[in-house]
Amino acid sequence: MTVTTAAESATAERTPPRRKLRRFSGRDVLVLVLMVGLPLVLDVLLIWLPVVLSTIFSFTGWNGIGSIFDIEFIGGKNYHNIATLDPYFWPAVEHNLIWIGVFVVLATPFGILLAVMLDRNIKGTRFYQSAFFMPVVLSLALIGFMWQLIYAPDDGFLNNVLGLTKPGEAINWLGNPSINLYAILVAASWRQAGYIMILYLAGLKSFDPALREAAALDGAGEIATFRYVVFPAMKPINIVILVVTLIESLRAFDIAYITNGGRNGLELLSTLITTNIGSEASRIGYGSALAVILLVISLVPICTYLFQTFRREAR
Amino acid sequence: MSTMPTVPTATLTSRRSFLKGAVALGGLAAVPGLAACGSGASSSTTVSFGSNQSDPVPKKAYAAFVKDFEKKSGLSVSVNTVDHETFQNQINNYLQGTPDDVFTWFAGFRMNFFATKGLATPIDDVWKKIGGDFTPALKQSATADDGHQYFIPFDYYPWAVFYKKSLWQKNGYQVPKTFDEYIALAKQMQSDGLEPLGFADKQGWPAMGTFDILNMRLNGYDFHVSLMRGKESWTDKRVKNVFDTWRGTLPYHQQNALGRDWEESAQGMQQDKVGMMLIGMFIGQQFADNLDDLDFFAFPELDPSHGQDSLDAPTDGFMMSKSPRNEDGAKKFLTYLAGTRAEETYLKADASVIGANSNIDTSGYNSLQKKAVDLITSAKNTAQYMDRDTRPDFAQTVMIQALQTFIRNPKDVDGLTKQIEAQKQQIFGA
Repeated sequence: MTVTTAAESATAERTPPRRKLRRFSGRDVLVLVLMVGLPLVLDVLLIWLPVVLSTIFSFTGWNGIGSIFDIEFIGGKNYHNIATLDPYFWPAVEHNLIWIGVFVVLATPFGILLAVMLDRNIKGTRFYQSAFFMPVVLSLALIGFMWQLIYAPDDGFLNNVLGLTKPGEAINWLGNPSINLYAILVAASWRQAGYIMILYLAGLKSFDPALREAAALDGAGEIATFRYVVFPAMKPINIVILVVTLIESLRAFDIAYITNGGRNGLELLSTLITTNIGSEASRIGYGSALAVILLVISLVPICTYLFQTFRREAR
Repeated sequence: MSTMPTVPTATLTSRRSFLKGAVALGGLAAVPGLAACGSGASSSTTVSFGSNQSDPVPKKAYAAFVKDFEKKSGLSVSVNTVDHETFQNQINNYLQGTPDDVFTWFAGFRMNFFATKGLATPIDDVWKKIGGDFTPALKQSATADDGHQYFIPFDYYPWAVFYKKSLWQKNGYQVPKTFDEYIALAKQMQSDGLEPLGFADKQGWPAMGTFDILNMRLNGYDFHVSLMRGKESWTDKRVKNVFDTWRGTLPYHQQNALGRDWEESAQGMQQDKVGMMLIGMFIGQQFADNLDDLDFFAFPELDPSHGQDSLDAPTDGFMMSKSPRNEDGAKKFLTYLAGTRAEETYLKADASVIGANSNIDTSGYNSLQKKAVDLITSAKNTAQYMDRDTRPDFAQTVMIQALQTFIRNPKDVDGLTKQIEAQKQQIFGA
């Protein structure tokens, strides 16, 4: 969540009205202070302060008890322990990378495909749009619950449909660490595809039909039109979608956490942070170090995006 | 979330809704939200009471005895009820902020943790008045390392091997008296097409019960305590013996345990697919319509020098915060909570626990509760359960994962215990 707001507020900050500067009336000043000051205060308070605090805490062994002034600094020990001792850190990184891979290669392209199909005004397009978009509206907690009903080993829908109900043959969709990540990725992709579909569909709706007609006159088929005309012309949307996909993958949390607390094959950086900080374990220092690592990783797509945007603006 | 057996049984039913709430609050988890829940009332006629009993039935029972206390004492109690899991996850912030005068918490190590941090007030004078009503074991569980009492035990429940009477009658099964009989029974059940031992650990905590009981049967209660407190090495051959014994029984455990919640195993027992199950008495919730059909026995002996002298019996109760605004009133309230009236009111609403006070009227108990009283009072030692007997960070970030690893790959005990020990030193050494 931090990341999107960072991007948004960056956009907000560069749009002060460029009027001819005369004298500001008291009202103007008030409006300016409110419009610039308030977002700035919120930005500092809700984004930069936690970031700075997390970074400081990550070098401490604080357990959340006692005065902040008694915190003992332990240098990079947390980071050292994370990299060398924590049996779940590297699996979590791997799982996040798999998540990105599945989203970028499967879920997002599938969402784009849905958008392109629905853009052609096929019969019942409204119905399909609603059906595919529905998982986006549902809370992830509910989605997690629904998919548990499907994946449960004994009474689950999937095993019963497949006829695998005897103890020896039932497939352990959520408990087997070599398949449970993919099982929940199906659920997560189901949602992601609908999300991307709506974003892309909005882009397609504003696409100039003249370009499409011109391509058709030049003899381009459906696929060639999309590949050489529509897709390149949609570049701004494509970048937004890529960033959204990366961010959604990095902040993946809910489904894994609701399934089994983000353990046993479902470790993600976000669930490790929650287990350490958000639970009674209260390993603030250690969890902060994990959070800083996730922040640094998240900065890569964010910076790339901002760099792209600013470069375009400058032109 | 981290979901722990520390949930008093009546609240377990809506674990999923807790989970949802917890997820909804996920973003706020690090915010000391509970601090704001402390009541601002500071008058000497008001006692503030932080309760984690958020489910409707226990909440109503709490409200009933609070009202009774108000009538009797002339004091007024302002109750702040917080969802159980949120309460537990935020307890650190809560106790360091502006906590209520009296709050719900757990006996034993978890009580001691906050007592030694100075976040609770000793209540020895209350215990002088009420001491005779509680067993020495309960008093022990209310006493911190400094020798003072900080806790009022309210209710508890045993962990034992539960089974469905009608199924056992039909198949002619007898309660096993020895471990060999236990294994023989499991084999018999297997050949009868049942899954002998119901087993579920998707939630992470239920498998701790099996480790605990094997450890206490093989190595005794004292070893359990010092192992949980980080004083023994996890690479000790006694620990390995626990895992080895467990591995020997794994073929009789329900498969796919890591993909299943304990409620699903209980349903398997309801459907006569599962023969028996080591679990807490809260399993009764899954037998709402046929509670009479449920029975249990104590886990059989493994080492004659320890017999069946210990069991897990997590105890819930109350503590007083570090600087209560109304200390006198709070102590009066705690004294009342230790008495029989409050417990009897509560037990009417929750039949899956038993009252801690020895003098309460047990005529309303069902047969399970009566048997539970016998089981707990005849045991020499009552442990609180792994995640209450050790540091929460160790339980949450090491042991849940370690036991799941064992269930997945029971062969590499050496590697597993080495890894637990390394993480233990990192956490306990910090």
